[in-house]
Formats: sequence, C-alpha cells, structure tokens
Amino acid sequence: MTEQYPGVPERIQLMDENGTVHEHPVFSAYVQDVDASLLRDAYRLMYLTRRFDDEATALQRQGKLALWVPSRGQEAAQVGSAFAFAPNDYIFPQYREHAVALHRGVDVRGLIEIFGGAATAGWDPRKHNHHVLTKVLGASTLHAVGYAMGLKLDARIAEETGQLQTGQGQATDPATDSVPPSVISYFGDGTSTEGDVHEAMVFAASFDAPVLFFVQNNRWAISVPFDVQSRVPISTRAAGYGFEGLRVDGNDVLGTLAVTRYAMEKIRKGEGPVLIEAETYRLGAHTTADDPTKYRTDEDLAGPLKADPLIRMEKYLRENSYADDSFFEEIESEGQKLADYAREVALNLQAPDFDYFFDRAYAAPHAQVEQERAEYREYMAGFEEE
Amino acid sequence: MSAQIERMTLARAITRALDDALTEDPKVVMMGEDIGQLGGVYRITEGLMAKHGKHRVMDAPLGESGIIGTSIGLALRGYRPVPEIQFDGFVFPGYDQITSQLAKIHNRTDKQYTVPVTIRIPYGGLIGSVEHHSESPEALFAHTAGLRIITPSSPHDAYWMTRKAIEHPDPIIIFEPKRRYWLKGEVDFSDTSFDPFKAQVVREGTDATIVAYGPLVPTALAAAEAAAEEGRSVEVIDLRSISPMDVPTVAASVEKTGRLIIAHEAPRFGGVGGELASAISERCFFSLKSPVMRVGGYYLPYPVSGVEEEYVPDMDRILDAVDRAFEYEL
Repeated sequence: MTEQYPGVPERIQLMDENGTVHEHPVFSAYVQDVDASLLRDAYRLMYLTRRFDDEATALQRQGKLALWVPSRGQEAAQVGSAFAFAPNDYIFPQYREHAVALHRGVDVRGLIEIFGGAATAGWDPRKHNHHVLTKVLGASTLHAVGYAMGLKLDARIAEETGQLQTGQGQATDPATDSVPPSVISYFGDGTSTEGDVHEAMVFAASFDAPVLFFVQNNRWAISVPFDVQSRVPISTRAAGYGFEGLRVDGNDVLGTLAVTRYAMEKIRKGEGPVLIEAETYRLGAHTTADDPTKYRTDEDLAGPLKADPLIRMEKYLRENSYADDSFFEEIESEGQKLADYAREVALNLQAPDFDYFFDRAYAAPHAQVEQERAEYREYMAGFEEE
Repeated sequence: MSAQIERMTLARAITRALDDALTEDPKVVMMGEDIGQLGGVYRITEGLMAKHGKHRVMDAPLGESGIIGTSIGLALRGYRPVPEIQFDGFVFPGYDQITSQLAKIHNRTDKQYTVPVTIRIPYGGLIGSVEHHSESPEALFAHTAGLRIITPSSPHDAYWMTRKAIEHPDPIIIFEPKRRYWLKGEVDFSDTSFDPFKAQVVREGTDATIVAYGPLVPTALAAAEAAAEEGRSVEVIDLRSISPMDVPTVAASVEKTGRLIIAHEAPRFGGVGGELASAISERCFFSLKSPVMRVGGYYLPYPVSGVEEEYVPDMDRILDAVDRAFEYEL
C-alpha cells in the first residue's frame, strides 16, 4: 500500500532476520567502529530490558503494580538509538522506553514506583538527562522542541559570557561538553496523530531546533492498527516539514544505531531537526489493562515473533563467535538478579505521606493549599486523639 | 535613575515591565503570534524585538499549544518564558499544555523542576469585536491546582504584577483587562515589595463591600461613588489574585460592612464569585446582614457586540445588587 505514494523513505536495514550483515552505501560507515564488545553490550541491555519488562508484566498480573507498559519486541529500536546519544543530550521518553532509561542509568526502582502508584518522577531527570514520563500523548514532543530552543539560546549566552549553561542543573559531561547537546523526543505511531506532534515539527523546523524525533512504529495504538493512523510511513511526513525523515528496521540494532548516529551528527552540526521512524512490533499488550487477543490473531503474530530482535542478535553473536554460552549464561543470571530486585521493590512499595503532596503543587507557598493542609492535619489529628 | 513615579497607560506599564525584565535577566524570553515585528495586536511588545533581539522576542508559528508547549521546554532548560496568547478565546488550543502539563510539572517531577512560565492573555469584553475576542475564562484555569491567576486593574499593578510574575518560580497566567489598556495612572517604580497575590482595598466604606477584579474595578469604584450620593458608604476591594485568593482581606472588610457584592464579567454560574461567596459565608456567617450578592455575565456564550453592553455587568447592575443587599435589612 505504502509504495504507491511518492516520497516514502527507503527502509534501511544492516542486519537481516538471519543475523547476516549487509553493506549499505551510506549507513555502514556509521558503524565501522562497532566491535564485538559494543554488540555484546547492546545485546546485554536488550536482554536485561526484556527480563525486567517480563517481570514487571508478571508483577502487574499478580496485583503488585497498578499498570505496566510492556516494551517486549522494541528493544533493538530503543538500544540502537540510545547508544547514539551523548551523555549531555537530553531525552524526553514517552513511557515505554525502558531500555533507554536503563541505558541512562535510571534505577528500575523508579519505574516500578511510578507504575506501582508510589511516585510520579521516579528519578532525578537532571542527573540522568532523561526526563520523567509524560502520559498525555504528544505533549512532550513540544517540551523537547522548547528545550532544544533553550539549548540554542544557551550556546549564544555561553559564547557571549564564556560560561557553560547548565539549565536547572542538568548533568554536564566533560568529555562531550565541547559539542552542544541535542534533544531526543521519543513517541509512537499512535501519538503521531496528535496535533501537538504536528506543532512540534513546525516549531522545530521554524526555530532550527537541535532535536531528533524518534518514533517507534510498533504497529499498534492499543487495539488500532497503524493503517488507521496513516496511509504512509510516518517518516514520509518529515519532507512536508522541510527536514529529513529516515525509515529503519527497528528490530535491527545495528541499522538503528547507524541511522541514529547519522541523524545526531546532522543535528549537532545545526542541520536538524531529523525524524527517524523505527519499524518494530509490540509483541506484548499496550498496557496490562488490555487484551491483544481481541484484536490480533496468532497468525498476525507469527511474522513479528520470527523477527524478534533478541533472536536476531543472538544468532549474529553466536555465528560470528562474538559470544559463547558463558556470555549468555552470565547475562541470564544478571537478568534474574535485576528481576529479583524489581520484585523486591514492588513488594515493598511505599508512597510518601499524603501530607507531602501539599508541598508539591506549587514551588512557593499558596494560600489555599496551605489552608487545606492545615485542615487536613487538624482532621487527621482528630483520629490520633481517639 | 529616572523618576520613581511616572504617569502612563496600563498598556505602556506592561510594555515597560517586559522591557525591564528582558534587560535585567538574560533568561527571560517572549514568544507569541505577531509579538515581534508587529509588536502584538495590542502593541504591548512594541519595540522589544528590535531592542532585545529576535532570539529573545520571538514571532511564533500560529499554534497556541506549540507556544505554551515550547515555553514549558524552555522553562525546563532554565529560561523564564513569557508567552502571549493573542485573545482570551484563542487560549483553548493550548489548554491541555496549560492544565495537564504546565500546572502539573512541579508536582510530576517531585519538585525537581520549576516551570516559571508567565502567560499573558488579554481578556474581557466591551471592545466591539467578533466571537472569541471578549471572553473571561479565568475560572476554567483557577480550578486547576498548580497555576496562579492574577489580573491587574491599574497601570501600577500591571507593571508590578508582570515583574513579580516573571520572577516567580510558579507558572502564572496574567489576564490583562484589554478594554482598560488605555487607562492612565501613576506607576511607582520603587514599590519593589509589591505582592501580586494580595487583595487591595481601593476605596474605604462602612455599609457594604464590593469585590471586583480586572476590568470591573473602575466600574465598581463608579458604583461606590454613585452609592455615596445616596448616602451609602461602600468599600471597594480589588481582588487582584484569583489563585491564590486573598480571602482574609475580603473577610476583614465584610466583618466591618456586613454586606458583600462580587462582580466579574465572566458568567456568574461556576464563576470565581461563587468560590469567594462560599469562603466568606464560612468565615463571616454571623457578620453578614444579607446573602452574598453576585453580579456577572449571563450563562451564555458571549453575545454579538451589538448587545454586549447588556451582557457585561455595568455600574447600574452592580448598584442593583447593592440595593438588593440592603433590602434584606427590614
């Protein structure tokens, strides 16, 4: 269906489903330096994410989490892209990018706390340059563009004053601070329909914002298939905004890394924004609140299961003798430890005292909130006396 | 140093405040539709782009959600954006960004980020315009915790509310009374301890209290003057801030006068007046000599300008409410 429309970007793939690597005239150059060690790291993160994600799904099924958003099947898209960013780049996740969070050093405790109803932030976004989750779809794409506009202003102020600008205390990185940071905005195929995404792309183009829009097209917006969102791949739309759109096999970690490195190089040179569409497949449910058997069949799943990014990478690592049984056993045991930790956190979740929430709505005291806090305390004190 | 007190219009007072904020803090930036080259449809930002640069006073693409959403991103990166929404009725494409994002980010990030965005919105009626140019949507925003809502009624307040809002760590919406942009008054530039969240008694009286804000403050003062001719001493309070709401200042007045009339242009039903009336009923029950009276717009879409004088409360409608309050004391 898609190929009948003009301007659909080429689908880039470096590693096919059998784990065989193919040369690409442009993008192979971007992964020339990738060695066995980096590929093992990539597989390790994909595996750990899968193991953690499965555990969290199980925890929700057992009533320990309020909700979970599985990332199963999307690990290559997330790891391949995350590996292309510098530590001082700032990432706006949507809410399903668990591999990206792990890569940024986020403790899984934070994710468990959010989905267990014990926290809203889960981590310090400034420390990890990894923003908090935004559940209203598309809203964070505009925050990413505004943040990128701020980075451009930072560069100007830094040039005038000679002082590195650090925003609200976001982490810097001595190794990469000589290159101005960029911004990454993750979202999905369903979100691509939201009006905010359109405005984000217009603003990003008008202000030459150093931002990467990274859409994981996992084919499903809860129960609605992608063809209800769009007739063409989302990457096709970039041309309409006047910037480059790239389409990559999102289950190919090598291809995704190459394409994202290419995009980040462009963005850092001031030639952004760029839109990347990683075509992947959500193997699990949208959230644990939904039942995929109501809208897709085993037949639908057969192809995607075969294209599972972990299977592909394992084949590649084994066939090239980049990893042996001991490697896989080692990360299996590491994954088990991570899962055990997630379970322990989930079983011992503790929300802050309700009183604390009177501190959080406003940065400075607000008369009505203070009055209600006093009323709340007086009411609670009444129970203590009894 | 120039003179500490200057006479100017409310519009120029805001322009001056924006200019001073841009001059004093390199992290202050502005964005809005037509605010750069044109200086805004009301010319509030006139000259600011030429003086402070295109990178700080930005003509935005035409999208309110984009204007608010990117302002949030700028704030996360340490800036103090002052977006302008062109007209009250055009704010709603940005409503989600204001109520679901801006208002909630300090809470969502567990206090790790502040989002000091100051949204300027010209509001209110009686400007003889077409649909969506004369609305008073303040109650819709006041209901969302995380926002602060203020509205000036004089050049002095307009200057200082704008300055204090931009300096403040919380997101603030300033509703600017557009039909009073040309109202003249003195601005005291030395009033650095100005508190934008405190109501002000603008006329003292003993028999009744009228509370108004924004464009209806001059109308309330005229009503108090007319009442005085009938021998009634009416106190007038400019509420100034809708969230937070300075209930103690109003309560102190009502304890003295025993009667309260609240006036706003926005529809009375579900409006700010209802919240204040309830708060005063709780605090001043034994001081009240009559029920709290409210004067407001009708619970209708804002009408065509040919009949808008009948929709927006005027002096006579406020006086009628004062009369009704006195009728209770037989």
